[in-house]
Amino acid sequence: MKRFVGFVRKEFYHIFRDKRSLFILFGMPIAQILLFGFAITNEINNVDIGILDQANDVTSKEIINKISASKHFSIVDIIHQESSIESIFKKGKVKAVLQFENNFGNNLIKEKQANVQVLTDATDPNMASTISNYISSILKKYQQELNKNVSVDYQIVPQSRMVYNAELKSVYMFVPGVMTVILMLVSAMMTSISITREKEQGTMEILLVSPLKPFQVIIGKVFPYIFLSVINAVVIVLLSIFVFHVPVNGSLFLLGIESVLFIITSLALGILISTISATQQTAMMISLMGLMLPTILLSGFIFPISSMPLPLQVISNIIPAKWFIIIVKGIMLKGIGIGFVLKETFILLLMTLVFIGVSVKKYKIRLE
Amino acid sequence: MGITISNISKSYGEITALSDISFDVKPGELFGLIGPDGAGKTTLFRILTTLLIADHGQATVAGYDVLNDYKSIRNSVGYMPGRFSLYQDLTVEENLNFFATIFGTTIEENYDLVKDIYVQIEPFKNRRAGKLSGGMKQKLALSCALIHKPKVLFLDEPTTGVDPVSRKEFWEMLKRLQKKGITILVSTPYMDEAALCDRIALIQDGNILEIDTPNAIVSHFPKPLYNISAHNMYNLIESLTNYEHTYSIFPFGEFVHYTDKRHPIDKASLKTYLEFQGLTDIKIEKTQPTIEDTFMELAK
Repeated sequence: MKRFVGFVRKEFYHIFRDKRSLFILFGMPIAQILLFGFAITNEINNVDIGILDQANDVTSKEIINKISASKHFSIVDIIHQESSIESIFKKGKVKAVLQFENNFGNNLIKEKQANVQVLTDATDPNMASTISNYISSILKKYQQELNKNVSVDYQIVPQSRMVYNAELKSVYMFVPGVMTVILMLVSAMMTSISITREKEQGTMEILLVSPLKPFQVIIGKVFPYIFLSVINAVVIVLLSIFVFHVPVNGSLFLLGIESVLFIITSLALGILISTISATQQTAMMISLMGLMLPTILLSGFIFPISSMPLPLQVISNIIPAKWFIIIVKGIMLKGIGIGFVLKETFILLLMTLVFIGVSVKKYKIRLE
Repeated sequence: MGITISNISKSYGEITALSDISFDVKPGELFGLIGPDGAGKTTLFRILTTLLIADHGQATVAGYDVLNDYKSIRNSVGYMPGRFSLYQDLTVEENLNFFATIFGTTIEENYDLVKDIYVQIEPFKNRRAGKLSGGMKQKLALSCALIHKPKVLFLDEPTTGVDPVSRKEFWEMLKRLQKKGITILVSTPYMDEAALCDRIALIQDGNILEIDTPNAIVSHFPKPLYNISAHNMYNLIESLTNYEHTYSIFPFGEFVHYTDKRHPIDKASLKTYLEFQGLTDIKIEKTQPTIEDTFMELAK
């Protein structure tokens, strides 16, 4: 036990004396969560649009007023000819143009149908479809107001409500995702680097020619990082609660336990990486390329798994982050208890055992 | 309780590092492994410290088999690798403390064993190991290898890159440690250090050339050896190389070590030949062979 404590103390010296690793440990998580939380967003606010009002009547004016009153759009350009639409798109002044046909109001009353064209700049496809949806819904609302006193036969009225995130805040989605990526990256990368550093500096040679057992070395290496990653997890949760107002509807205790489990999974993965790489650089490349990209792309963090092609959906099952994201979203947003995430917890546990088993088996008790 | 090595071979792919090596190190002996870089010294050290497995042959260290009892060996030997292998970001004291702890002991418990060495670096005990000079690094590494009172000490080129004064001190320490009953196997590329060992093995290209006491090895030198000097070293070597009776020449400081094919040597005709080659200040004197001469002779 004394040996183990001595080993852990040495690990803490390494961590606290290396400014670079300290920065990665604590600077990166905070920077990432703030960046993702503030900068990356799917919501649209104050999008610049242009208006080409060929009708210029009461009805079109009313619609324009409604649009400019919404916080999503601001009208920055009034165009007078159809030919100038393209030029303002090319200048990038506006993201969308709303074009009312001639006699818009008259057509609506006399012909019972009037046309308005919504042109959007689809160089950013997500943005374009969101804008077009928002405008359509404003138009639809206006139409409903017009039809208030008229009875329409056969009408389907969808009553949609967004549960768990009524305001559709994208930060709700990013917090669990970023937390997962950070814990995975910090835990796996830092342990794999710290074990390979011993190999690279030749100190592994002396550690091997000592009474320390392989499991003592491995546990001694990961122990400080369990501790530090838990601090990280706490910081991330606090930031998301107090800065981004993401609720934690479920039990904080359960969230803590599940986070520790995921941290251990990631650490085990880090050990596995270190057993197959000889230098710190290889370990870092494997952690970054082999872990970060799949974790971001295939875990359901940004892109929904259900819309991926089948082979990728199958691959996503072996990404630990996928299961942890389900757990975190469940606990934080839906407020569910352990009963609903048993399967995911069990899968993470199984992965951890496999990683540890393989690493102990692959851990070299000699130099080759 | 010393070291026995029998028929050890090891190759890395096509390259043979050790071929069929056998020798014993007696308990309490200071044994030197002398040879140039790439001779196989480090490979042998790694096999004996259980870091590598030999392709063939057996070896025991302190009575334990290197393959089956590797755990016992790891408990009872001290190993100082050729490359400085301590934690550069830990201070002198922290390094020593760490190695004491992982061997289940404390600095205080075995302080008298490392005292002679450690007092020299103690003034710098709060300095990071990476910031020490070469000689101090080696003293710290030796202290760390000794702190658990090993039965056998393995030192792989401990004085490479160390200044002459520190080298001398280092060997004095080894002599003192030997008196405390520790078996020491040390390797070095420096032939002058070989004379300080009880026995030495000359090793080259994975083969043992000779094993004996330094004096005996020197006495095995087959021919009378002469120191030759002249005003122009380059010309002298050139001329001797082309001389028909030259058996071997080997530059040695300000002299050339020379042996002759004839027995006895005809000093006068050699001098005449050299003068004819335009050399002046020619001196030819008989001299005692060194281990280096023997090594060069055997390595031919």
